[in-house]
Amino acid sequence: MKSTRATQEPAWVRYGLLSVGLGFLFFFLGLPLVAVFVEALAQGVPIYIEALKEPETASAIGLTVGIALAVLPFNIAFGVAAAWAIAKFEFRGKSLLITLIDLPFAVSPVVAGLIFILLFGSQGTFGNWLSEHDIKIIFAVPGMILATLFITFPFIARELIPLMQAQGKDEEEAAVSLGASGFQMFWRVTLPNIKWGLLYGVILSNARAMGEFGAVSVVSGHIRGETNTLPLHVEILYNEYNAIGAFAAASILALLALVTLVAKTIVEWRMKKETDMLSAVLAPEKVGNT
Amino acid sequence: MAAKTHRVLPGFGLALGYTLVYLSILILLPLGGMILKASELGFGQIIDIALGERSLAAFRVTFGASFLAAAINAFFGLIVAWVLVRYPFPGKRFVDALVDLPFALPTAVAGITLATLYAGNGWLGQYLEPLGIQVAYTPLGIVFALTFITLPFVVRTLQPVIEDIETEVEEAAASLGASRWQTFVKVIFPAIFPALLTGFALAFARAVGEYGSVIFIAGNLPLVSEITPLLIISKLEQYDVLGATALAVVMLGLSFILLLSVNLLQWWTANRHKNNEPLEVAAAEASGVAA
Repeated sequence: MKSTRATQEPAWVRYGLLSVGLGFLFFFLGLPLVAVFVEALAQGVPIYIEALKEPETASAIGLTVGIALAVLPFNIAFGVAAAWAIAKFEFRGKSLLITLIDLPFAVSPVVAGLIFILLFGSQGTFGNWLSEHDIKIIFAVPGMILATLFITFPFIARELIPLMQAQGKDEEEAAVSLGASGFQMFWRVTLPNIKWGLLYGVILSNARAMGEFGAVSVVSGHIRGETNTLPLHVEILYNEYNAIGAFAAASILALLALVTLVAKTIVEWRMKKETDMLSAVLAPEKVGNT
Repeated sequence: MAAKTHRVLPGFGLALGYTLVYLSILILLPLGGMILKASELGFGQIIDIALGERSLAAFRVTFGASFLAAAINAFFGLIVAWVLVRYPFPGKRFVDALVDLPFALPTAVAGITLATLYAGNGWLGQYLEPLGIQVAYTPLGIVFALTFITLPFVVRTLQPVIEDIETEVEEAAASLGASRWQTFVKVIFPAIFPALLTGFALAFARAVGEYGSVIFIAGNLPLVSEITPLLIISKLEQYDVLGATALAVVMLGLSFILLLSVNLLQWWTANRHKNNEPLEVAAAEASGVAA
């Protein structure tokens, strides 16, 4: 009894820390989250539904989903390829490569948009060539996809690299030595092993892709009904003092955030269960070895 | 051994090749292009633009507010992480999941919500403004927005480290006569300090580049509450592409230094752990579990 007391704070300290910590979270997280929905429903449900039915809001939702779907295959392909090379093989410059993969995290979204304007804008490096061939990248959807690709670049790779490193390469080597082709090995051994980690990365990068504001704002040109994603539409409505419309659109994004958090928690729970099972299977072996 | 495994597993050339090509096309070449564009100006002129009155004020606001936000998060984040790891309370899993909200909530949504909460007639603003505390449309609003955006970093870097602290060490300290406070200052805090610093640096780095949440609550007054990312955009909108590029390159350089120091910090943390490893291995061997 005494020993547990010695490694515990006095009750008043515990309750003090609990109130400070939870109070901080309440004011900085809880209140804003509740406020989004309260503001959106401030004038009743019918007006809220009406605001969501605006054609511009609907098209903004469509574009947001479209861009998120467009970047997904690129991010998955890059994430899996980078993690495969980094986690399963040794080569020179590996830690430099890992640092470079993190680079977009250190770049301001505004700068991420700017670099594509410098390349593809009307005065940019390829500006003349693009306008001669009548290709529009900046102030159009392709530029917004590029900016989103840049912003979401590290997410999946960052989840998969530590996971695949921890799993090692024994299982794949066994598959190959038993005569599996590269494709069979990947499909039957690697993918089942990494599926939850991959899903986790997809959830995170998708949330970022749908919510990105700064980078997309710079390259979008804010053309209504054409290059307006949902976050950009929130800004337009808000600046027009259309609070109900802005918060109605924002509430969709907040719902998306909540779905993301729930999905993330479920996947985390599944991953933990799988590693627990794995260590339970391995534990008797370890005891046997000693 | 290493050479042999190269041959066993397929796809190394393809995977690494694809990684390098994709990385170069999407990240390295565009960033390099920007630096090349800035070099048209020359080093002296870039410095002149960065040190102009308006840019300098923007840098001061950006870095000052980011530092304050990261510091607020370091303090409260430590408490939150401690409470989440050590104390049982109802709804803990829900609160734990909610900590990631700022990563999941689009920044524009955070921006308009915080601006509405802290405006003169908002839920919080109506109580703060009579006290003379104006948050919305002031630099303080920037600090609050950045605090929200970077909230998860300190908590999430600290949680696993606090979980890893062995209670035996705390028991040893207590049995040697240390008070709980002494144990915290001399045993626990040194163990979690590198992670706290890493969380602080990650939050700071993220805050410096933030745009979406800030512009709604900042008021965006030049020289007072204008952040550097916004100044880059206003230069772009005035067709001052070179000016925008110069500022962007300076920001990129500063962010890169931050990223580098985060990596150094993580390397430092990992090495501290490595130094502890022989002991842990010895302890594990002593207790009969083969490593």
